Amino acid sequence: MANEKEAKPAPPVNKWAPVVALSWLIPGGGHFLLKRTGRGVLLLVAVTGMFVCGLMMRGAMFQPQTGDLLTTVINTGGFIGDVASGLLYLLSVWLGYAQPDMPGAVHDYGTKFLVTAGLLNILAMTDAFEIAAGRKD
Amino acid sequence: MPKMNLTHFEAAFLFALFTSIVLGVVTKRTDRDRLQYGIYVFVCFFVALFGIGWLMYWGHG
Repeated sequence: MANEKEAKPAPPVNKWAPVVALSWLIPGGGHFLLKRTGRGVLLLVAVTGMFVCGLMMRGAMFQPQTGDLLTTVINTGGFIGDVASGLLYLLSVWLGYAQPDMPGAVHDYGTKFLVTAGLLNILAMTDAFEIAAGRKD
Repeated sequence: MPKMNLTHFEAAFLFALFTSIVLGVVTKRTDRDRLQYGIYVFVCFFVALFGIGWLMYWGHG
Protein backbone atom coordinates (compact mmCIF):
# COMPACT_ATOMS: atom_id res chain seq x y z
CA MET A 1 0.00 0.00 0.00
CA ALA A 2 2.79 2.38 0.93
CA ASN A 3 4.61 1.48 -2.31
CA GLU A 4 1.52 2.34 -4.36
CA LYS A 5 1.40 5.78 -2.78
CA GLU A 6 5.10 6.31 -3.39
CA ALA A 7 4.72 5.25 -7.02
CA LYS A 8 2.44 8.23 -7.74
CA PRO A 9 4.31 11.52 -7.34
CA ALA A 10 2.29 14.66 -6.75
CA PRO A 11 1.50 16.39 -10.06
CA PRO A 12 3.18 19.78 -10.65
CA VAL A 13 1.13 22.71 -9.36
CA ASN A 14 1.27 24.64 -12.66
CA LYS A 15 -0.49 21.72 -14.32
CA TRP A 16 -3.60 21.66 -12.15
CA ALA A 17 -3.80 25.03 -10.36
CA PRO A 18 -5.18 27.05 -13.34
CA VAL A 19 -7.73 24.31 -14.01
CA VAL A 20 -8.92 24.21 -10.41
CA ALA A 21 -9.00 28.03 -10.19
CA LEU A 22 -11.08 28.32 -13.37
CA SER A 23 -13.27 25.49 -12.14
CA TRP A 24 -13.98 27.45 -8.95
CA LEU A 25 -14.60 30.73 -10.77
CA ILE A 26 -16.87 29.29 -13.48
CA PRO A 27 -18.62 25.98 -12.74
CA GLY A 28 -17.45 23.53 -15.42
CA GLY A 29 -14.74 25.98 -16.56
CA GLY A 30 -11.92 23.57 -15.72
CA HIS A 31 -13.56 20.92 -17.88
CA PHE A 32 -13.81 23.42 -20.76
CA LEU A 33 -10.08 24.16 -20.36
CA LEU A 34 -9.35 20.42 -20.48
CA LYS A 35 -11.51 20.04 -23.63
CA ARG A 36 -14.23 18.06 -21.81
CA THR A 37 -16.94 20.31 -23.24
CA GLY A 38 -19.96 18.04 -22.78
CA ARG A 39 -19.26 17.39 -19.12
CA GLY A 40 -18.42 21.07 -18.62
CA VAL A 41 -21.79 22.11 -20.04
CA LEU A 42 -23.64 19.66 -17.77
CA LEU A 43 -21.77 20.94 -14.69
CA LEU A 44 -22.33 24.57 -15.69
CA VAL A 45 -26.07 24.02 -16.19
CA ALA A 46 -26.53 22.00 -12.99
CA VAL A 47 -24.53 24.24 -10.62
CA THR A 48 -25.80 27.50 -12.12
CA GLY A 49 -29.37 26.16 -12.18
CA MET A 50 -29.15 25.19 -8.52
CA PHE A 51 -27.67 28.58 -7.56
CA VAL A 52 -30.19 30.65 -9.56
CA CYS A 53 -33.11 28.62 -8.16
CA GLY A 54 -31.73 29.33 -4.66
CA LEU A 55 -31.58 33.06 -5.40
CA MET A 56 -35.11 33.06 -6.86
CA MET A 57 -36.39 31.29 -3.75
CA ARG A 58 -34.87 34.21 -1.79
CA GLY A 59 -32.36 31.98 -0.01
CA ALA A 60 -29.99 33.63 2.47
CA MET A 61 -26.21 33.88 2.12
CA PHE A 62 -24.23 32.84 5.19
CA GLN A 63 -21.72 35.09 6.94
CA PRO A 64 -18.91 33.49 8.98
CA GLN A 65 -19.71 33.71 12.69
CA THR A 66 -18.10 32.34 15.78
CA GLY A 67 -19.72 31.52 19.08
CA ASP A 68 -20.86 28.11 20.22
CA LEU A 69 -19.80 25.11 18.16
CA LEU A 70 -23.07 24.71 16.27
CA THR A 71 -23.19 28.40 15.28
CA THR A 72 -19.59 28.27 14.06
CA VAL A 73 -20.08 25.06 12.07
CA ILE A 74 -23.34 26.15 10.44
CA ASN A 75 -22.36 29.71 9.56
CA THR A 76 -18.73 29.15 8.61
CA GLY A 77 -19.56 25.93 6.76
CA GLY A 78 -22.44 27.64 4.99
CA PHE A 79 -20.20 30.57 4.05
CA ILE A 80 -17.61 28.19 2.56
CA GLY A 81 -20.40 26.46 0.63
CA ASP A 82 -21.65 29.81 -0.71
CA VAL A 83 -18.17 31.04 -1.69
CA ALA A 84 -17.43 27.75 -3.49
CA SER A 85 -19.87 28.81 -6.22
CA GLY A 86 -17.21 31.27 -7.43
CA LEU A 87 -18.32 34.01 -9.80
CA LEU A 88 -21.99 33.26 -9.13
CA TYR A 89 -21.49 34.12 -5.45
CA LEU A 90 -19.30 37.16 -6.12
CA LEU A 91 -21.73 38.60 -8.69
CA SER A 92 -24.80 38.01 -6.54
CA VAL A 93 -23.16 39.76 -3.56
CA TRP A 94 -21.77 42.65 -5.65
CA LEU A 95 -25.11 43.18 -7.42
CA GLY A 96 -27.02 43.11 -4.14
CA TYR A 97 -28.91 39.82 -4.56
CA ALA A 98 -27.75 38.48 -1.18
CA GLN A 99 -30.89 38.20 0.92
CA PRO A 100 -31.24 38.44 4.68
CA ASP A 101 -32.44 35.27 6.40
CA MET A 102 -36.25 35.09 6.39
CA PRO A 103 -38.65 32.58 7.92
CA GLY A 104 -40.45 30.26 5.51
CA ALA A 105 -40.03 26.84 3.92
CA VAL A 106 -39.26 28.18 0.43
CA HIS A 107 -36.59 30.58 1.72
CA ASP A 108 -35.07 27.75 3.73
CA TYR A 109 -34.95 25.55 0.63
CA GLY A 110 -33.33 28.46 -1.22
CA THR A 111 -30.58 28.75 1.39
CA LYS A 112 -29.88 25.02 1.04
CA PHE A 113 -29.86 25.30 -2.75
CA LEU A 114 -27.25 28.08 -2.59
CA VAL A 115 -24.95 26.08 -0.30
CA THR A 116 -25.44 22.86 -2.27
CA ALA A 117 -24.54 24.63 -5.52
CA GLY A 118 -21.16 25.46 -3.96
CA LEU A 119 -20.67 21.95 -2.64
CA LEU A 120 -21.46 20.49 -6.08
CA ASN A 121 -18.93 22.91 -7.56
CA ILE A 122 -16.31 21.53 -5.13
CA LEU A 123 -17.03 18.07 -6.58
CA ALA A 124 -16.59 19.51 -10.08
CA MET A 125 -13.28 21.11 -9.01
CA THR A 126 -12.08 17.77 -7.62
CA ASP A 127 -13.00 16.03 -10.88
CA ALA A 128 -11.15 18.70 -12.91
CA PHE A 129 -8.10 18.30 -10.65
CA GLU A 130 -8.07 14.52 -11.17
CA ILE A 131 -8.28 14.93 -14.94
CA ALA A 132 -5.54 17.60 -14.99
CA ALA A 133 -3.31 15.46 -12.76
CA GLY A 134 -3.74 12.49 -15.12
CA ARG A 135 -5.51 10.34 -12.54
CA LYS A 136 -8.70 10.15 -14.63
CA ASP A 137 -9.43 10.39 -18.37
CA MET B 1 -34.99 38.87 -9.87
CA PRO B 2 -38.35 37.01 -10.18
CA LYS B 3 -39.51 35.17 -7.11
CA MET B 4 -39.96 31.41 -7.23
CA ASN B 5 -42.57 29.82 -4.99
CA LEU B 6 -42.21 26.07 -5.08
CA THR B 7 -43.97 23.29 -3.22
CA HIS B 8 -41.87 20.87 -1.16
CA PHE B 9 -42.18 18.31 -3.96
CA GLU B 10 -41.08 20.71 -6.71
CA ALA B 11 -38.08 21.90 -4.64
CA ALA B 12 -37.09 18.30 -3.88
CA PHE B 13 -37.47 17.40 -7.58
CA LEU B 14 -35.14 20.22 -8.68
CA PHE B 15 -32.65 19.41 -5.91
CA ALA B 16 -32.59 15.73 -6.95
CA LEU B 17 -32.25 16.63 -10.64
CA PHE B 18 -29.29 19.01 -10.30
CA THR B 19 -27.49 16.86 -7.74
CA SER B 20 -27.93 13.69 -9.83
CA ILE B 21 -26.46 15.41 -12.90
CA VAL B 22 -23.30 16.49 -11.04
CA LEU B 23 -22.85 13.17 -9.21
CA GLY B 24 -23.32 11.29 -12.47
CA VAL B 25 -20.77 13.47 -14.31
CA VAL B 26 -18.00 13.42 -11.69
CA THR B 27 -18.27 9.90 -10.33
CA LYS B 28 -17.94 7.44 -13.20
CA ARG B 29 -15.46 7.00 -16.03
CA THR B 30 -17.57 6.22 -19.11
CA ASP B 31 -20.59 8.09 -20.49
CA ARG B 32 -22.80 5.01 -20.20
CA ASP B 33 -21.85 4.53 -16.52
CA ARG B 34 -22.38 8.25 -15.87
CA LEU B 35 -25.90 8.13 -17.33
CA GLN B 36 -26.78 4.97 -15.40
CA TYR B 37 -25.40 6.34 -12.13
CA GLY B 38 -27.15 9.69 -12.59
CA ILE B 39 -30.49 7.93 -13.11
CA TYR B 40 -29.78 5.62 -10.15
CA VAL B 41 -29.05 8.58 -7.82
CA PHE B 42 -32.19 10.39 -9.03
CA VAL B 43 -34.33 7.31 -8.35
CA CYS B 44 -32.70 6.93 -4.91
CA PHE B 45 -33.60 10.53 -4.07
CA PHE B 46 -37.21 9.85 -5.00
CA VAL B 47 -37.42 6.58 -3.08
CA ALA B 48 -36.05 8.41 -0.02
CA LEU B 49 -38.42 11.34 -0.62
CA PHE B 50 -41.55 9.18 -0.74
CA GLY B 51 -40.28 6.76 1.94
CA ILE B 52 -39.49 9.49 4.47
CA GLY B 53 -42.68 11.32 3.49
CA TRP B 54 -44.83 8.27 4.33
CA LEU B 55 -42.85 7.68 7.55
CA MET B 56 -43.60 11.24 8.67
CA TYR B 57 -47.27 10.79 7.71
CA TRP B 58 -47.56 7.60 9.79
CA GLY B 59 -45.51 9.11 12.60
CA HIS B 60 -48.02 11.93 12.94
CA GLY B 61 -50.79 9.31 13.41
